[in-house]
Amino acid sequence: MKLTRDEVESIAHLARLGISGDEIPPLADNLSRIIDFVQQLERADTEGVTPMAHPLNMTQPLREDRVTEPDQRDLYQQNATAVEAGLYLVPRVIE
Amino acid sequence: MEWETVIGLEIHAQLATRSKIFSGAATAYGAAPNSQACLVDLGYPGVLPVLNAGVVRMAIAFGLATESTVAARSVFARKNYFYPDLPKGYQISQYELPVVHDGRIEIRLDDGSRKTVGITRAHLEEDAGKSLHEDFHGQSGIDLNRAGTPLLEIVSEPDLRSAKEAVAYMKAIHQLVRYLGICDGNMQEGSFRCDANISVRPVGRHEFGTRAEIKNLNSFRFVERAILFEVERQIDILESGGKVVQETRLYDPDKDETRPMRSKEEANDYRYFPDPDLLPLEIGPEQVEAVRAALPELPWQKRDRFMAEYGLSDYDAGVLSSARAVADYFETVAAGVADKKLAANWVMGELAGALNKAGLDIAASPVDAHGLLGLLHRIEDQTISGKIAKEVFEAMWAGEGDADAVIEARGLKQITDTGALEDVIREVIAGNPNQLEQYRAGKDKLFGFFVGQVMKATGGKANPALVNELLKKLLAG
Amino acid sequence: MHAMTLAQMARGLAAGEFSSAELVRHLLDRIGRLDGELNAFVTVTGDAALEAAQAADAARAAGTIGPLAGLPIAHKDIFCTAGVKTSCGSRMLDNFVSPYDATVVERLRAAGVVMLGKTNMDEFAMGSSNETSFYGPVRNPWDTSRVPGGSSGGSAAAVAARLVPAATGTDTGGSIRQPAALTGITGIKPTYGRVSRYGMIAFASSLDQAGLLTQTAEDAALLLGAMAGHDPRDSTSVDAPVPDYTAGLDAPLEGLKIGLVEQFMDEGLQPENAAAIEAALKVLEGLGATVRRISLPNIGLSVPAYYVVAPAECSSNLSRFDGVRFGYRTAEPRDLEDLYKRSRGEGFGAEVKRRIMTGTYVLSAGYYDAYYLKAQRVRQLIAADFRRAFEEVDVIVGPTSPTPAFELGAKVDDPVTMYLNDIYTIGVNLAGLPGLSAPCGFVDGLPVGLQLVGRAFDEGRILNVAHRYQQATDWHAQAPGGAFA
Repeated sequence: MKLTRDEVESIAHLARLGISGDEIPPLADNLSRIIDFVQQLERADTEGVTPMAHPLNMTQPLREDRVTEPDQRDLYQQNATAVEAGLYLVPRVIE
Repeated sequence: MEWETVIGLEIHAQLATRSKIFSGAATAYGAAPNSQACLVDLGYPGVLPVLNAGVVRMAIAFGLATESTVAARSVFARKNYFYPDLPKGYQISQYELPVVHDGRIEIRLDDGSRKTVGITRAHLEEDAGKSLHEDFHGQSGIDLNRAGTPLLEIVSEPDLRSAKEAVAYMKAIHQLVRYLGICDGNMQEGSFRCDANISVRPVGRHEFGTRAEIKNLNSFRFVERAILFEVERQIDILESGGKVVQETRLYDPDKDETRPMRSKEEANDYRYFPDPDLLPLEIGPEQVEAVRAALPELPWQKRDRFMAEYGLSDYDAGVLSSARAVADYFETVAAGVADKKLAANWVMGELAGALNKAGLDIAASPVDAHGLLGLLHRIEDQTISGKIAKEVFEAMWAGEGDADAVIEARGLKQITDTGALEDVIREVIAGNPNQLEQYRAGKDKLFGFFVGQVMKATGGKANPALVNELLKKLLAG
Repeated sequence: MHAMTLAQMARGLAAGEFSSAELVRHLLDRIGRLDGELNAFVTVTGDAALEAAQAADAARAAGTIGPLAGLPIAHKDIFCTAGVKTSCGSRMLDNFVSPYDATVVERLRAAGVVMLGKTNMDEFAMGSSNETSFYGPVRNPWDTSRVPGGSSGGSAAAVAARLVPAATGTDTGGSIRQPAALTGITGIKPTYGRVSRYGMIAFASSLDQAGLLTQTAEDAALLLGAMAGHDPRDSTSVDAPVPDYTAGLDAPLEGLKIGLVEQFMDEGLQPENAAAIEAALKVLEGLGATVRRISLPNIGLSVPAYYVVAPAECSSNLSRFDGVRFGYRTAEPRDLEDLYKRSRGEGFGAEVKRRIMTGTYVLSAGYYDAYYLKAQRVRQLIAADFRRAFEEVDVIVGPTSPTPAFELGAKVDDPVTMYLNDIYTIGVNLAGLPGLSAPCGFVDGLPVGLQLVGRAFDEGRILNVAHRYQQATDWHAQAPGGAFA
């Protein structure tokens, strides 16, 4: 199968990946080959097989409801490029 | 054409844990921005979620209280979308296998009728942060303190048929989660909020109409107003031959209308899949039983018991069981008096009025249950009359001490001394010869006049029963 | 001094033949001289390393010291290291200084192990040749026109060139074992859940596992005990006791049942490579093991299953890189969408974008069942194949990689050909089993590896088999010559 330009653009939008016009044809080509490749899975007879989400046959451990994390905002915000009054800044959010 | 409204609510109740659902950061409301956002809440590279045991207990409690199935195995999934208040680019939620499903709750409507509303499911998920829209040079500020706060999302069946029913249902859930102690129910702070799915269809039609989802309703009034507006909007569209668009809308309380939500215009593709950082949550019967054993008496159980045990009316029992703190207050008072109705009247009357006027919660009442009980004891032992008791209560409310101290300080004790009272009565009779003559001539209703005069002369402190008895004797001559 | 194994260094330190500071200084000097050619390191933490080495020497003098104190190591740049740049081989994290240590880093540090620096890697561990790094490709010390394998290529090249005796790595589809094979060293990927993933920047959470690249199995055993074990900060870390992996190294192999995967010995494998595997099996038989052929009927679908599951998880794991709280942020975004798209579009390289796109596609509405769920079912079949095989044998063997190291640039144009490099290793990740690659010969002067796969949590057994094999052979002792001698 061959992914169209529109399909590539809509996947890139879902993933919020900026791709330039000339990136699209090779991406479409590569993605199409990958999709073709993984379509071999259709060969497998998986009737009645439980999907395996995880290699461990374990259940979720729980932690006690205790506050263990102190305020380390200043340290954590050292990696942020746009911060003001303790807030992370982003272009205006419209609801 | 006659239209029928169909409503389902998705209620988000913040669970009252100390720490977040997947991290050890605090959940306290109102902290400085991002001071309660730890590495996990910020979605830092490399960090991993670990589930809080408290939220599991709370979900089980909710499931038991709503006669739901508590899933032996439930799964956390990722809901993927980009938004600045969602640090990881996905929300950890439950999708195909929620922790609680197939339950019900009974609601009561104003006309006294009852209705059972189905609860499709309740699932655990993390809350998002907040975008602050004050102007930071044309930018928004992001506070992630709320990110990772545990939520129980309670999804009803589309069983609700009016705004009133929707509000009654929301109130019933609100009451329940507060009873269970799993949510503080504070709607101003956003601890309890809901989305409403609303559609209309011609009466008699089986299929649902196209629905609109109204997001983020954080008061009972807004739920009611938003539904009323939305129903009218949809009916107008349909009656003028149009089609309702399936969309997400916001309620604007200032304009009292709903409008489409701009940021949600594009069709969402959340790409749910099981979160590989978390394993299936298994809940064993012993865990369920432990929570069941610790469940408090539920609101409707309390209401029934109040009717049976204290002989209260359905209405009074409902008011007094509306919240656990009110019920506990009432029961403390009722336990100490013989006349349970007296306790009910005082809690629902004088106390509720004063609290309401002062805008106080019962927990903050200046007169606590033992204080009120002390006052009612003085009524029951006839130290004071019910009328004087109101004055005493006001003084207690103002901080003048307990009932006995106020009665003593203000000299409000009833006159029960026969001799002293007879002297007062004789004086009253002597001072009203005309009325005495008419009374003796058969004008019985003048008896009340004499009672009034005696009470006036004693400043209301005379024991009314004793006044009656002595007056009858002395008026007869 | 640099040619010694970690165990030899440990003995030298204990005997007072040299100090940790001397050892560290020697290796830092070597890194300074030789890494320009290899590009194995993204960051060298020389001052901190010397300080830590001196502290270890002082503790040794005071007599308060564990067996690993003062031993040098390098960490793959996927592990968060407090106060040190942690790039994950990406422009996205070129400016990222972690405020915290990964559990693996913290535990090794607590044991007194000295970090010399952070090693280069394929961007976000996505690659099999170390050519996708923002910091440029790593070169194979056996032939610098060739790749070292990936994604832990920097760790592999550094150990192979004897710049450092041991390095951590991560293995999602073969990223420890394949570069170990291509550079002639030993690499172990423990059982999923054996080593904490906390602080290890996630690629595909249900497949990622931290491990080691060393000269020998003995060296790996020495370090694995300190790295492994339950971590309450990782829900998927297993709460089971960690054995002393060194204690069982010398156990005899008499009666050991080895299964050779017949599907791995087909025409896809270079004949000389196959011959090296057969020869290795002869050695193991000589040590008392019995070898039989076993079948993993569904193993042929492991690569396609992996290239659904891994991209799906990665597309979600990498959503957090949005230019807001850390990492690359584009200049002057017009609006929110522009901030996201340009930060991510400019911050991620081509292979990462391909995988995010693939993962987004397979999870999207209408495709979830056909791709993602189907792959999870196939994963179950593959895991069941291994379970059945382990009813008959104790250890499963096969080649690690179909060919020796290839030329830089040889496979970059075709992602699918590149993906097929991991054909023998990926099934082990899907099943969550422990795997190890040990050098077992040379093809055209380039090293090739023997892969050993154990039962879940039976790392001790594959380390034992590899150690006995290394006692009987000297492939692991061969080091690149020339400038790297």
